[in-house]
Amino acid sequence: MISISPARFFAVLIKEFIQMKRDRITFGMMIGLPIAQLLLFGYAINSDPRYLPTLVELNDNGPVVRSVLAGMETSTYFDFKGIVTGVEAGDRALRDGTANFIIVIPPDFEKDIVRGRHPDILLSADASDPTAVGGAVGAMNGIINSAIKQVLSGPLQASAGSAPPFSVTVHRQFNPEARSSTNIVPGLLAIILSMTMTLITAVAIVRESERGTMETLISTPVRPTEVMLGKILPYVLVGYVQIIVFLFFARVLFDVPFDGSVQAFVVGFNLFIIVNLALGFLISTLARNQMQAMQLSVFTILPSILLSGFMFPFAAMPGWAQTIGAAIPATHFLRIVRKIMLKGADLGDIAVDMTSLSLIMAVIAALALLRYRQTLD
Amino acid sequence: MSDEPRSGSDGEDLPAQAKRPAQPEATAAAASEIEKTSEAAAAPDDAGTPDRPSASEPDAPAPTLAIWVRGLTKKFGDKTVVDGLDMQVPRGAIYGFLGPNGSGKTTTIRMMCGLLTPNGGQGECLGFDILKEAQKIKEQVGYMTQKFSLYEDLTIRENLDFMARMYRLRNRKARVDRALEELGLADRQSQLAGKLSGGWKQRLALAACLLHEPKLLLLDEPTAGVDPKARRDFWDEIRRLSKQGVTVLVSTHYMDEAVQCDYIAYIAYGKMLISGPSAAIPDMIGLHTWRVDGPNLQALETELRGTEGIEQVARFGAVLHVSSTNEARLRQVAEDHMAKSVGHWTEKKAELEEAFIYLMTGATDNFSNGVKGVAA
Repeated sequence: MISISPARFFAVLIKEFIQMKRDRITFGMMIGLPIAQLLLFGYAINSDPRYLPTLVELNDNGPVVRSVLAGMETSTYFDFKGIVTGVEAGDRALRDGTANFIIVIPPDFEKDIVRGRHPDILLSADASDPTAVGGAVGAMNGIINSAIKQVLSGPLQASAGSAPPFSVTVHRQFNPEARSSTNIVPGLLAIILSMTMTLITAVAIVRESERGTMETLISTPVRPTEVMLGKILPYVLVGYVQIIVFLFFARVLFDVPFDGSVQAFVVGFNLFIIVNLALGFLISTLARNQMQAMQLSVFTILPSILLSGFMFPFAAMPGWAQTIGAAIPATHFLRIVRKIMLKGADLGDIAVDMTSLSLIMAVIAALALLRYRQTLD
Repeated sequence: MSDEPRSGSDGEDLPAQAKRPAQPEATAAAASEIEKTSEAAAAPDDAGTPDRPSASEPDAPAPTLAIWVRGLTKKFGDKTVVDGLDMQVPRGAIYGFLGPNGSGKTTTIRMMCGLLTPNGGQGECLGFDILKEAQKIKEQVGYMTQKFSLYEDLTIRENLDFMARMYRLRNRKARVDRALEELGLADRQSQLAGKLSGGWKQRLALAACLLHEPKLLLLDEPTAGVDPKARRDFWDEIRRLSKQGVTVLVSTHYMDEAVQCDYIAYIAYGKMLISGPSAAIPDMIGLHTWRVDGPNLQALETELRGTEGIEQVARFGAVLHVSSTNEARLRQVAEDHMAKSVGHWTEKKAELEEAFIYLMTGATDNFSNGVKGVAA
């Protein structure tokens, strides 16, 4: 018969609570973080995005066009940002992400309706993120129908017969089949790199102080920059291996295209790897042991997954959440990878994201160097 | 009484002490030189220091000093770990740094080699400012940590090679080879450092911090947890280095190590309580000692321990050393016993052994904020 001693059980219980209390960072993470995350993600995440940036190529104007555009705007799915002229300008806007939709009103649209020629409005959608544009595309039919009802009265009443006087053709660009794997897989590269690069660096550095070897290391004339570079570079190489493996499987298993510039890709991932290593370095200056370093690294992963646009459309988040999202390195690298792999982007198309990444990089590196002590203080 | 003092009773440490006959004069001369030079000069560069003491304080760097610090203070949070410490280590000396656990020895050593930034005070190490020139100090100092802090997952050779690269040594391979040869680890060089026994780890650590031929060695309890044989070998090496002109600052809890030092400093609660040439320490304490032998020492030892005015009864093999700072009272106790023919009493000069036991037993661990050590 096995007997349980309540006294011993309570002793273990109490000891556990005491240790929990002593490890403030862990305790804070267990209580504070879930609350922060609940509020943050609960309000920020929305899988039915509204106010998607839309541009209009206006080759004709008249009551019907105005009614259609007004209907789109009041649906709250579309947010008109301006006018484009020419197909090329529209394509560029879709590729560099300034617009999710381009509405093309053909020339003589109004006349053709009157003549009963059933003209087509073209809705070009950036389908590289199928979830983001799905709702808006789905709502399009209803918008058109109510616009028709409103406008086609009076002299045009005659054309309001059985067949609609005009229609909308949706053109899904970059991911015509609207496969979610095409969208998710390139995004995963951003998440995988964030996770492993940050974690490995943080742990590698904290291990040094935890085992006491940091004391010998900094008693030598070595300088912080030398330590930082020397410790980080091996993991850059690990990052390269990850990317090669990733690209191979993305192609072979998921049939994800690689349409863009290799040069832009190389520049982009190098910057992203460095940003993550710097972040790992920063974490290592905050954590006191490997366990804390690991926990802190994991904590940076959740926002990267949820607020970067990886899992849920970036455009669907409220403004404040987008601001937070814009401060996350993965957000920008995600865009870089998707633009290059799916939209065939080159260096010029990713300039905006590269600038943002560089800014984040500068801030993180400055904080890390500020926090890093050449002493044991 | 702890076990430690008895380790001196095997007599092995006495020859070491006997080897130092010329030392007291030399050190006394050095000490007086320190006083003179320091009083004469006023360092011009510290005029702006707010907590600068008056000009009469020991002050300027003297070329005879490897280390001088003044008013060195370190706080962690609201706890003052090192409190206004003054210390002068002459070049070429073996300087013993004693004090109970938590008294601030490690913190002091770390501040001297630039690993910690002091909250107050100033000083120089090998002529370099400990506050501003840590980089230059690091080039010329060998620091051996209390805990083994080389890479356990690197081999012996890889560790030495890494350290050699840190100091950008020329002929790196030859120097590492020679170090391995001297260590006697040449045939085990590809063994992981973590697999070594405590004594070997300590020898490896010493070899690693000697690679760049430092002028000053800072050894933080280098022999903690090391067997006696390895400790003796270690000290042979320390003395050899000292002869070559290397200054050694070593913290220790062991008497047999303390008696090998030319100078002794004793700190408690972060304050320097006593410091000077080893031979002068018993006099500085004002300690007097009688030697007792005879039958039935055990009973006598117990009795003397309970005797008022007797501060210390230490057993050295078959004799007792009975000490007190109250000379008259001690003499009276001795005469009382002689009158009763209990034991054979002879007055002797108090040596560093008695002084060491006096200092170490008077002190408690300094981690509490309780009553200060009685040694002062």
